[in-house]
Amino acid sequence: MTTEKNVLSQDQIKKRRGRSMAIAISLGLLVALFYLVTIIKLGPGIMDRPL
Amino acid sequence: MTLMEQTETIAETGGHGEVRDYIALLKPRVMSLVIFTALVGVVLAPTTQHPVLSFVALLCIAIGAGASGALNMWWDADIDRIMSRTQNRPIPAGKVTPQEALAFGLTLSGGSVVTLGLATNWVAAGLLAFTIFFYVVIYTMWLKRSTPQNIVIGGAAGALPPVVGWAAVTGTVSIESIALFMIIFAWTPPHFWALALFKNDDYKAAKIPMLPVAAGETATRHQILLYSVILMPIGVSPYLLGYAGIGYGVLSTVAGLGFLYYAVQVWRTREGDAAHKAAVKLFKFSLLYLSGLFAALLIEHLLGLGV
Repeated sequence: MTTEKNVLSQDQIKKRRGRSMAIAISLGLLVALFYLVTIIKLGPGIMDRPL
Repeated sequence: MTLMEQTETIAETGGHGEVRDYIALLKPRVMSLVIFTALVGVVLAPTTQHPVLSFVALLCIAIGAGASGALNMWWDADIDRIMSRTQNRPIPAGKVTPQEALAFGLTLSGGSVVTLGLATNWVAAGLLAFTIFFYVVIYTMWLKRSTPQNIVIGGAAGALPPVVGWAAVTGTVSIESIALFMIIFAWTPPHFWALALFKNDDYKAAKIPMLPVAAGETATRHQILLYSVILMPIGVSPYLLGYAGIGYGVLSTVAGLGFLYYAVQVWRTREGDAAHKAAVKLFKFSLLYLSGLFAALLIEHLLGLGV
């Protein structure tokens, strides 16, 4: 194990922000996708359950 | 830098590359052909499906293909460094580490297979998992560096997307989707051997036993001609099997004859610049041939001109 921390350059920070944004957008789209697929697969039956 | 230090650096910085480097790992150009052929499988399937589910199926097939590309680049980073065609890929260019590519590829593989299974059916998901396994393990890790028949057998992975697309809609594999598979399967060897004829030095330097390197250019020309003869009737098979119209029948026959013409030119012209040009022409025509045939199937079906 190394003890000293890596100091990020401006370029590395910029790249990391880009990757973080891409991951956030991908996850958001995935959530929307799963929501849509669930609604479509269950169809009108989604409301038809005992409460 | 040791593996441990690399892991620590990645853990602290979150990686090295830009978003576009990760997109490059997915081999977008190969992906576009995969999406197109899978779309034909989805559209031609005899049953209907909610368009959103079809979209999700195509997305999963595309991501699965991209994941295979990333895993292929992870394994082949050593030979990609040597070949001029692949030197600028993210790993040899030092933009993404092999570990990052491996993690990226594995995550997308698992994600695409599970999502396809949940959104459509597990036959399609199983076929997608098999396609990824076949491309990465059977082709990339085993066949590519060990036999001149590498792309003949390995071509099966590239030929499966329309079968996966068809299965995503119908839940089965049928003779019609196998015919689509066979078109790409028979097309792959002459397509890649034409490329290998004019990129021979690259493969030689990387010690990949492509047919021109292992068996010589004359044997390659014989094989190209043989596969072109085999490809012609297979290309017409959707019409012969009765699920494509007369328009496709005529187009595929003419295109097959065109393919054969360029293959004969490669077979006859064996020396100098003219031989190089003949191989380039066949390579370019082969791309036009495959996209033309699948586009014809798609257009014919969408216009209601198919059978």
